[in-house]
Amino acid sequence: MKRRDFLKIACFSVAGLPARSTLDLLSEKAFPKPSRKEGQPKWAMVVDLKACLTKPGCRTCLDACHSIHNVPNIDNRKDEVKWIWTNPYKEVFPEHTYQFSSVGVQTRPVLVLCNHCDNPPCVKVCPTKATFKRDDGLVMMDYHRCIGCRYCMAACPYGARSFNWKDPRPFIKEINRDFPTRTRGVVEKCSFCEERLVRGLKPACVEACTANGLTFGDLNEPDSQVRRLLAFKTSARRKAHLGTEPKVFYLV
Amino acid sequence: MRVCDTWKIIGGIVIFLIVVLSPIWYNALTGRASYFPELKLPADERKCIESAPYMRANHMELLNSWKETVVRTGERAYTAEDGKIYNMSLVGTCMKCHSNKAEFCDRCHNYADVQPKCWECHVAPKEVKSEVIGHRSNPPPITDYL
Amino acid sequence: MIEKALRGGRIYWAWVMLLLVMIALGLIFYVRQWNLGLGITGMGRDVSWGLYIANFTFLVGVAASAVMVVLPYYLHNFWVFGRITIFGEFLAVSAVTMSVLFIFVDLGQPARVFNIMLYPSPRSVLFWDMIVLNLYLILNLIIGWRALEAERQEEAPPTWLKHLVFLSIPLAISIHTVTAFIYSGLGARPFWLTALLAPRFLASAFASGPALLIILCLIMRRFTKFDAGQEAIQKIALIVTYALSIHMFFFLVELFTVFYGGIPEHMHHFQYLFGPGGQPLLTVSAWIALILTWTAFFLLINPRTRRIEGTLIYALLAIIIAVWIEKGLSFVIPGFIPSPLGEISRYSPTFAEIIITKGVWAFGFLVLTVLYKIAVSVKEDLSI
Repeated sequence: MKRRDFLKIACFSVAGLPARSTLDLLSEKAFPKPSRKEGQPKWAMVVDLKACLTKPGCRTCLDACHSIHNVPNIDNRKDEVKWIWTNPYKEVFPEHTYQFSSVGVQTRPVLVLCNHCDNPPCVKVCPTKATFKRDDGLVMMDYHRCIGCRYCMAACPYGARSFNWKDPRPFIKEINRDFPTRTRGVVEKCSFCEERLVRGLKPACVEACTANGLTFGDLNEPDSQVRRLLAFKTSARRKAHLGTEPKVFYLV
Repeated sequence: MRVCDTWKIIGGIVIFLIVVLSPIWYNALTGRASYFPELKLPADERKCIESAPYMRANHMELLNSWKETVVRTGERAYTAEDGKIYNMSLVGTCMKCHSNKAEFCDRCHNYADVQPKCWECHVAPKEVKSEVIGHRSNPPPITDYL
Repeated sequence: MIEKALRGGRIYWAWVMLLLVMIALGLIFYVRQWNLGLGITGMGRDVSWGLYIANFTFLVGVAASAVMVVLPYYLHNFWVFGRITIFGEFLAVSAVTMSVLFIFVDLGQPARVFNIMLYPSPRSVLFWDMIVLNLYLILNLIIGWRALEAERQEEAPPTWLKHLVFLSIPLAISIHTVTAFIYSGLGARPFWLTALLAPRFLASAFASGPALLIILCLIMRRFTKFDAGQEAIQKIALIVTYALSIHMFFFLVELFTVFYGGIPEHMHHFQYLFGPGGQPLLTVSAWIALILTWTAFFLLINPRTRRIEGTLIYALLAIIIAVWIEKGLSFVIPGFIPSPLGEISRYSPTFAEIIITKGVWAFGFLVLTVLYKIAVSVKEDLSI
């Protein structure tokens, strides 16, 4: 039985190979933690639905976001990648339209994007924590870690996530050299312009909007514009009954 | 196995060793062992964020830890050994000085047949046509890489 | 014992060669998928899981079904199953291997697959699925191999084997429960969000898995000297009958809640699947699955048709195909249509996707063939 004993020993030795990464895992090395800062913001966005009506066919915010983030422009519904886009009102808020609503109301364009939920189902289901929730409320994507299982896409109740079914680079009209692209095989979505927030700027869509339709701010700041809008105007969130606590509010 | 077979076996082992060790003795005999790719260093900056020996040995781990820290915590301030603070960004910091990937990064990577996946996503600065790859006469000590 | 798989007749080697060719073809197309991305499949932004995950779901069920022969024998000393538990366990090994492979070919960045172990995420059901599937695979391999060896040495198996078997029984239930939880925990997908999903999965698994086991036993009787025995086959057929009945009952219960409750979001997926206006491929397969299920049911509850091997085989094949459709295409795809924004998309698997799928099946069948060949050879040697 000598050969079998040798094989047994070899198998157990191989099992010891991940020892180093296991030790790293048990130590803090694998999970760098942000320093706890006082007064973390809680970012949210308020979309004024009436603003888009003043500029029919407007694509300013869409183009701003997609161009600076190197979002590929793939022309078919199967492979397309989109971070922010519009859908008809009756599909975004089916509970707000009925058979008596006019066609105009039903087909009114509503801006949709990742809601950066407070209780995000996508973060819950990610098997590698490639999508994770930051302390400031942003639901982030780690494109280095994503294995492309697309569980998060199944879990998102808002259809906010896109997958790179092929290499996106040939489909990017003009690459913004200051921002990475993604590669095939990872999921991507709106990031609330994290790279701009860290420089004290507002998200690109908010800044680009010429109809004053987008407001971005800190829910933890009682005096912020988003808080005032939410306090004094009627607003709605998408699929609120699911308990995801989305942070994109729509002024209806 | 007969006794006179022993020489065949030993001969076979010797031939095998010669073939298997051929990269080593070939490089030694033709002087190619001293080949080291020449890197085009930035014209204006004399010092990288850390010392050259440190970067040679550790730039992979450094970039890895930058990747983890920036993406997972959002913090971008890196304090170097000399106390200076840099922005943790491959394209924003490293490539600002080492702006020619083909004449810097790729030279060693091609020589060592390393294919980092960074460039699948991160956009390298626009490349200038590179000159013929030469080699250095005074390569850095091997201890830098250990 | 592996050397027993290297000796075989012409038919054996022809079958192995066929499988190797299919595996090679699958590999060639998989390399294409690795380079170009999953865009070469029919999956898209709305229907982001397709044929690969459909097959994964079905095969986890087949793997779990080994418990249907293991439990009666090891827990209740039902000696009739004693000769075939090894085949149940080896079928489980082959099915879990295929399941894991289907997940692997479905990944967008397969080179990073170990991230799931490097960065454990206990809140993710996929993480637990990986754990229980791998545990079940290793467990069944060890149990099957050691039990077979004990049989070959004509001695009693070691006592620790029984403990491992006892562990494998709840583990079998857990692999399919966890797989059901992947779907039934998603508030975003009302088609899957039902507490009854795990029981439905288990019932259909216990109908289709043992059905496949009987078919394999009949194949072995035809091509080898091993005969599972009429009593064992009939008992398993009875288990299949009960499981099938429960599975049909669960489906009807689901239909009642969905349609009597009348919530549009829940009904839309069923209406898309079974009603007019859906995708023909999907709707036709869904109805075929229903018809096959009911046909098999009537063939099996009647003891006369259950005992005649001809009708039994038809019923069993019908069940396997029906459950494959019901748990595969008819389950995964309609979950995504209509999309969360109410959009209707189409999904049809591409040629590359089908070849890769066939390649994975061929690999699983190769594993099954090798393991069964070893087991049959051991038994044939003993009976001489």
